[in-house]
Amino acid sequence: MSDATRVYRSPPREGSPVSDPTEAPPDDGVKITIDGREFTAHKGELLIAAAERAGTYIPHFCYHSRMSPVGMCRMCLVEVDSGRGPGLQPSCMVPVSDGMVVDTESETTKRAQEGILELLLINHPLDCPVCDKGGECPLQDQAVAFGPGESRFVEEKRHYEKPIPISDLVNLDRERCILCDRCTRFAREVAGDPLISFTERGNRTQVLTFPDDPFSSYFSGNTVQICPVGALTAAPYRFRARPWDLDQVESTCTTCSVGCRIAVQSSGDQIVRRLGVDIDPVNHGWLCDRGRFDYESAYSPERITDPLMRGRAGDSELIEATWPAAMAATAETLREAIDAHGASSVAVLGGARLTNEDAYTWSKLARTVIGTDNIDSQLADGLAAEMVLTLPRATIDEACSADTVIMFGVDPKEELPVLHLRLRHAVVEDKVPMIEFSPVETSLSRHCRSVRHLPGALTESVSELLASEGERIGSGSVVVVVGRGSLAGSGEDIEAAVAAIRQAIPHATFLPALRRGNVMGALQMGLSPGILPGGLAFSEADRLGEDWAGSQPVVSDEPGLDAAGILAAAAAGRVAVLILLGADPLADVPDRDLAERALAGAGTVVAVDTHLTVSARRAHVVLPASGPGEKAGTTTNLEGRISRLGPKVTPPGTARPDWMIAVELADRLGVDMGFADSRRIWDEISTVVPMFSDCPVERIESPEAQDGILCRPAGDGDLRWDPPAAVAAPPVDAYALRLVSSRKLYDQATMTANSPSLAGLAEESRVRLNPRELDRLGVTDGGRLAFVSPRTRIIATVSGDEKVPRGVMAMTFNAAGPAASELIELGTVVTEVRVETL
Amino acid sequence: MTLRGTTVPHAAGFVAGDRPRIVTAHFDDPEAHRLSRYEELGGYQGLRKALDSTPAEVHSVIRDATVLGRGGAGFPAGVKWGFCPEGVWPRYLVVNGDESEPGTYKDRLLMELDPHQLIEGALIACYAVGLTQCFLYVRGEMALAQERIATALNEAYAAGYVGRNIMGTDFSVDVVLHWGAGAYVVGEETALIESLEGKRGMPRLKPPYFPAAIGLYGQPTIVNNVETLSNMPWIMNHGAEAYRAIGTESSPGTRMVAVSGHVKRPGVYEIVNGSTTFRDLIYGEDMCGGIREDRELKAFVPGGGSAPWFLPEQLDIPFEGRQASAAGSMLGSGAVIVMDETTDIPRAALSLTHFYAHESCGKCTPCREGGTWLERIMTRIVDGYGTERDLQLLTEVGQSICPGAFPHAADSSRGLEAVPFPYRMNTICFVGPSAYAPVNSALTLFPEEFEARVRRDEGVPVAAPGRESRV
Amino acid sequence: MTDHFTPANLDLAHEIIGRYPVKRSAMIPLLHLAQEQDGWVTEDAMRQIAELVEVTPAEVLGTCSFYEMFKRQPVGRFLINICGTLSCQLMGAEDLIHHAEQTLGITSGDTTPDGLFTLAVAECQAACTEAPCLQVNYRHRYKVTPADFDDLVEELRRQAGEGEGPDPQSPETAGVPRHGVLSVARQHIPAERAAGPSSPTTNQGPPVWMPPPDAEEPK
Repeated sequence: MSDATRVYRSPPREGSPVSDPTEAPPDDGVKITIDGREFTAHKGELLIAAAERAGTYIPHFCYHSRMSPVGMCRMCLVEVDSGRGPGLQPSCMVPVSDGMVVDTESETTKRAQEGILELLLINHPLDCPVCDKGGECPLQDQAVAFGPGESRFVEEKRHYEKPIPISDLVNLDRERCILCDRCTRFAREVAGDPLISFTERGNRTQVLTFPDDPFSSYFSGNTVQICPVGALTAAPYRFRARPWDLDQVESTCTTCSVGCRIAVQSSGDQIVRRLGVDIDPVNHGWLCDRGRFDYESAYSPERITDPLMRGRAGDSELIEATWPAAMAATAETLREAIDAHGASSVAVLGGARLTNEDAYTWSKLARTVIGTDNIDSQLADGLAAEMVLTLPRATIDEACSADTVIMFGVDPKEELPVLHLRLRHAVVEDKVPMIEFSPVETSLSRHCRSVRHLPGALTESVSELLASEGERIGSGSVVVVVGRGSLAGSGEDIEAAVAAIRQAIPHATFLPALRRGNVMGALQMGLSPGILPGGLAFSEADRLGEDWAGSQPVVSDEPGLDAAGILAAAAAGRVAVLILLGADPLADVPDRDLAERALAGAGTVVAVDTHLTVSARRAHVVLPASGPGEKAGTTTNLEGRISRLGPKVTPPGTARPDWMIAVELADRLGVDMGFADSRRIWDEISTVVPMFSDCPVERIESPEAQDGILCRPAGDGDLRWDPPAAVAAPPVDAYALRLVSSRKLYDQATMTANSPSLAGLAEESRVRLNPRELDRLGVTDGGRLAFVSPRTRIIATVSGDEKVPRGVMAMTFNAAGPAASELIELGTVVTEVRVETL
Repeated sequence: MTLRGTTVPHAAGFVAGDRPRIVTAHFDDPEAHRLSRYEELGGYQGLRKALDSTPAEVHSVIRDATVLGRGGAGFPAGVKWGFCPEGVWPRYLVVNGDESEPGTYKDRLLMELDPHQLIEGALIACYAVGLTQCFLYVRGEMALAQERIATALNEAYAAGYVGRNIMGTDFSVDVVLHWGAGAYVVGEETALIESLEGKRGMPRLKPPYFPAAIGLYGQPTIVNNVETLSNMPWIMNHGAEAYRAIGTESSPGTRMVAVSGHVKRPGVYEIVNGSTTFRDLIYGEDMCGGIREDRELKAFVPGGGSAPWFLPEQLDIPFEGRQASAAGSMLGSGAVIVMDETTDIPRAALSLTHFYAHESCGKCTPCREGGTWLERIMTRIVDGYGTERDLQLLTEVGQSICPGAFPHAADSSRGLEAVPFPYRMNTICFVGPSAYAPVNSALTLFPEEFEARVRRDEGVPVAAPGRESRV
Repeated sequence: MTDHFTPANLDLAHEIIGRYPVKRSAMIPLLHLAQEQDGWVTEDAMRQIAELVEVTPAEVLGTCSFYEMFKRQPVGRFLINICGTLSCQLMGAEDLIHHAEQTLGITSGDTTPDGLFTLAVAECQAACTEAPCLQVNYRHRYKVTPADFDDLVEELRRQAGEGEGPDPQSPETAGVPRHGVLSVARQHIPAERAAGPSSPTTNQGPPVWMPPPDAEEPK
């Protein structure tokens, strides 16, 4: 059966364990008989789910294991006898009961199934030859397997204009719709974006949006996947392929650090589609639209397919070069720099978009071959690596079932959307109490207890809560979801708040809500100054297996520079070679001026990237890297869950995996790392790094790894996090606004901006102010004002937004147009901005 | 024949006769809808009696009286009141004033002419069961009823009969008038609750959504029909025994019945429950007085548009639930539609099937698709484009909506035995089956009228070009 | 914030919302209010209602479009609904409908060019004993013959010519308000008399007049 979310398991019902067919029957099981076979089901389990586990498929349309059952399509009617004689009942609404006898193959059942299918087909158009769903269509499959084989309907079918776009990404064909309510239910229950609804009544019912209000949900692509017919189709996929032409591999999405399980499908060596795969611990089959569609960026004109080099004279153009030439030049530059200025004149920025294998190899190259510790996979836009690696870690499941969830520094819907879906379900459906601290209203504010605080005053707010309710909260389990917060302030406020919680509630666990796809893996592989792979401090270098140190690892009393330090050093002319590992400082560093000066002041800039970003354009050497879907390896999500990546297509041109580039550089610098493929690299990682010692390659390649393998630091190492001293909230300047700048899902990020279907969804840069501020300033929505910070003055368009309190200005980071990063100076606790009318 | 009984001019259709008047007692008085007159006539004394007793005692009285629900399902109100789970609060009362069943005309009269009686009945219910807010759902198309009830409520609030500390006691409840907006299906109790929640009026599945357990906003909710509640003041005033002294043991009291169609005097009658027969209704001198122009009775719908039809041989069945069911139909909402020998049976059936297809909410497949399909086929047949194959098809589409034998009346002239009510249904609610019921009755009891209409040949039927059923 | 309701209607809207424990329940009453203000339900009205009851406009459209009475296109001043269901059909409704179409010169479903009359065939109007019947802006006329219909049209034309139409005391004999105006009497619950809406979330426990749980309840 080709239900597009085929690989699903029944979600646990109240109190019952996760259903696993290999598990022994539970003690409190309910004995039922299905088609003559006895089966023990879980108490409270729906009959349709129990039947599936027992190996009997009951055809259905409206039922979906991850949404509430509605019993509407009536396809799942089977003959059930609960003690008062057999009768047809909708198996998706009936919980099992002791002694229930079910016959899914009786004449009565079959007659009902044929009847329902005949009725569904009477208004359904004969579109199969032109319908994207053909070949993977539950209606087709069930019509063949359970249908009457002939239609007796001779009247005129319903007609509607078809298809109509209901958003930039999704098309709707109302003639094909069988009104199963899956899409509207998803939008309402799961996504919390009820922008589509049934309209009209009876036979004229149609799914529609409100006029001029498109279905602009971040999760709209899921409705296409769960639609059991071709009514909802994805615009990027329209007429692209037939399912039987597609080649498929399971993989993990690396667009953000939630690490949703996906299936990558290709045709003719091009990625054509991504689908969500249902795994229990992470995404339940859902994807966000960004992760679903940003594979398009692989084929953008900005994709780098061959190495590029610039002449030594600073302003000559980047022209295509061969790999040998580019690598030779890079190696030579490195050798010169090390000889003339020492290994610490080399710095590496980036690595949070790499695989674990890539990250480990670059970490090893930097430390043991080049000899520098100036490495940072975060761009001064994250959290202290020591904190992230030493905090007791929570899983998403634990966050969704905690006695209290505390959240600050992140709006998950914008940065980690599927985490938002999980948390939203926990808070709205399961009534998990959540306390959120935020300077502006977020996507969950309405559903939880939301505390507003001025930027810079987070620790105060959190401390107040802990003082008055810390004991009550601490009497149960507590999970803290913590992100970097506004990029207009240093992360110190966040870190101080974390420290306060650690002190008041020692058993609290943490989910670091950092955005980039493999930031967790990068940190765990040591792409951070002073930290060796596995979260080891320099003092524990001898715990690493001997394969790690070809020559001596850098062991100095002080760790190298972090991103802020690297940028400052580069700006001051002390960095001879700056390597950008998939990093785009001009876009991502929250201090545009510093990033500019750093790139200008570095001796040689080497960019290893998939796309010609605005930073890569300043490089002297550009080396093309493979992107998602083009390479094998593993990635680690924000929980510390390691999962496999499935390569599906060939990288374009001569692009190659990042680890391969590092190996060749090492080779040219005289060291043979001995890595021929990513599997070999993981082999070394699991033997060399204590943290991964119980994750040998075989385990990574086993079926167990489909759910990912949770690998968390033991916490017994030397690595220490020194929390900042309590951050005093700066006094309020009545003449200024405090800047809050966070990311939105659609912005100028490389993969988004290079995916044609998504690029148009990014909004232009605006400053959002409370409507009363607009009144006070005498400006209307859409007007323009000048904003002056200690760094610079910019002119921007303003909008009124009730979600922004007074005294605050909100500006999306990395949006097109005037950049928020221009206003920010790295290291300040808050950015105060004065407003001038024009 | 001279017809006895008086029509009441301001109560269009109501005919008073020599019969007990429980709910229509005030209909003769055109001012009875005003509070001052209602009080003069003894109004709100039933509520006073209730407040002088405990809630449990009031519940007991109503249960003993065995008031059967008057909305169509006939479930005893006192028993329904007992279904609310213990310890779950708050609880609500929803008054179902969404009278829309074809042939039914009684609740509108009660709302327009005696709104205070209804309010009093609702208050008695709230007191007895601990219902802390009452929503009076009035069908949207009944503008006058809305006016009368709004005015009555304003009067009652001012006089202390509704709201906080009613009649000086600690009983407090708000009665909120809520307008419907035109959808028959909303008369189904769970659809009514959905509509009250501000949503599309699509029924919920039972189980698990029995309103008394999970109703409005997920709370225990009692849904009662207007006529049912209108009985409460009289019962409180006169007692359960006096109520049971009228009618029969299984069906005590009175009930309002509207008889329409081809009778000499169509009208709304308050009849003695349980013992009055259809013959009394249709032919009684003090009621409809026989078929118009002394013609022959062909068939009649005994219980509102959803009910399978009866033939003249079922005339002696009394207004009693079990006997009606055994005879192959139901009493439903107390609406009798009479068809004489001039009636075009397929056209009559189409009229009802069209109604239910049009009013389908669209939630479940058999009703949404099957109902409309039945209507299309019937339209072709009535217009002369049907074939013999279509007759078989009608039955088979009916099977997809209601599997197994469908209830119908006995027809001795054909040797047909009755198939008792109820039917099995593949749908969520009874609207889908109601689209099929008229077709089934017509086809089963008058097959020759169809056979005369359709073409003999078994070739592929011609669909009438672009023909849609009438709006 | 959308700005569609008049200030008076906005006040009324808030009053109506305040009677319900959950705001969304006010949706249908507010749609009626919008239709009363404009004669039909406009998109702007739906947007404002969405804001007032805190749902999306799509949800308002979903509810609004389910119900027959909400017209999302302008209709004539007088909406004439002739019942076509069985009881009326048996008593000649089809002939009446045909006659009505002739008199007004339109087919059912349409509006006369002068914007005065919209004719529609409707479902059972709960006046079955008075068949054939019709409603003008939801006020009944009974046992309507073709001649009665023509008289009605004349009466309505005259009333339209005289302006807005008087506030009816007894709508059957006095004027008929224009389409959108349903009941001319409104419920108002004075604040000092109100018991207050019964919220499902602030779990209130049994009301004060109910006996405590351990008291006996006769079964």
